Amino acid sequence: MPKIIVEVMPKADLLDPAGKAVNNALHRNGHSEISNVRIGKRIELHFDRAVTDSDVAAAQKIGEEFLSNAVIEDVVSVTVEN
Amino acid sequence: MRIGVVTFPGTLDDRDAQRAVRIAGGEAVALWHADENLHKVDAVVLPGGFSFGDYLRCGAIAAQAPVMESIIRAANGGLPVLGICNGFQVLVESHLLPGGLIRNDVQTFVCRDQKLVVENVDTPWTNGFTSGQEITIPLKNGEGGYIADAETLKRLEGEGLVAFRYKDFNPNGSLNDIAGLRNERGNVVGLMPHPEHAVEAGFGPDTAVAMRSGLDGLTIFKSVLNSVVNA
Repeated sequence: MPKIIVEVMPKADLLDPAGKAVNNALHRNGHSEISNVRIGKRIELHFDRAVTDSDVAAAQKIGEEFLSNAVIEDVVSVTVEN
Repeated sequence: MRIGVVTFPGTLDDRDAQRAVRIAGGEAVALWHADENLHKVDAVVLPGGFSFGDYLRCGAIAAQAPVMESIIRAANGGLPVLGICNGFQVLVESHLLPGGLIRNDVQTFVCRDQKLVVENVDTPWTNGFTSGQEITIPLKNGEGGYIADAETLKRLEGEGLVAFRYKDFNPNGSLNDIAGLRNERGNVVGLMPHPEHAVEAGFGPDTAVAMRSGLDGLTIFKSVLNSVVNA
C-alpha cells in the first residue's frame, strides 16, 4: 500500500520522560552501553493510489501543524513508500 | 447568565464544572464537541479529563473539534473562555495560549491540594481575587509541565500574562512555576489545577479551619458571572 511516513521526535533539549524510563530499565537489565533513549512517533498515512509530490507537501504541512507541536516536537522525516 | 461547559469524548470533569457554575449562581449549558453551535452562552469552560484518550498529544484532537472552531472565533472576539487541566491543553493546542504542556518531570501522575499565587486579576476569571492572593485548589495531572521558548517566557512575564503560579512546591517542572496563563486581551485563561473541585464545603481541600472546607475555586466562577453582568 502506498504510504507517507511521518516521524516526530520530542525536541532534543527537552526531557523525554518515557525515553528516560526505558533507558533506566535497560541499564537495570545490564545494557549500560546504551547512553540514552528517546521515544518519538511514527505516523503512517495510507493511500489507495500512488503518492504524489503534492501529497508529500501536504503531509509535511500536516506533520508540522497537527501531527507535531512545534513547541515540544520536531518532524524529523517525511518519507514515501510507494 | 449562561456558562457553556464543553464535553469531548473522554472529558471527565464536565459535570463538576457544570455544578461549580450552578453553585456560583450561573446557568450551566452543556456544549457538545461535535456541535459548532455555542447556544448563546456568555462564557465557556473547557473542563478537565482525557479528551480523545490523549491520543497524538493531550488536547490536540479536541482542538480540531467543530465546537472549537466556534470557540476560537468567539474567543478572538472577546468571549470569556476558561480551560482547566485538559482544557488548558486544548487552549494551547488551539494556539489561544502560547507554549506547551509536557509530561511531569517527576514522571508520575500528581494529585494534591496545591497552593497557588494569583498573579493577574485583570481577567473575567480572576477579578474576584486580590493580586498576589494565595489560594489552594486540587491539582491532578500527568502532563502538566508548562514549557515555552525563552522569548515567549520573557514576553509572558513582561506583559503580566502569568495568571497563576505554583507556590512553595512546583509539582510538575513547569518553567517559572507557571500554573496558569491569560491571553493579551484577558478573556482567555487556562490553568492546570482544578478550581471546580473547590467550590463546596465538604468536598474541597483541607483548610486550617476544617477538613475539606476549601472554597477558593468558587471565586473563579463567581468572577466570570460578575464580569458578564458588568460587561
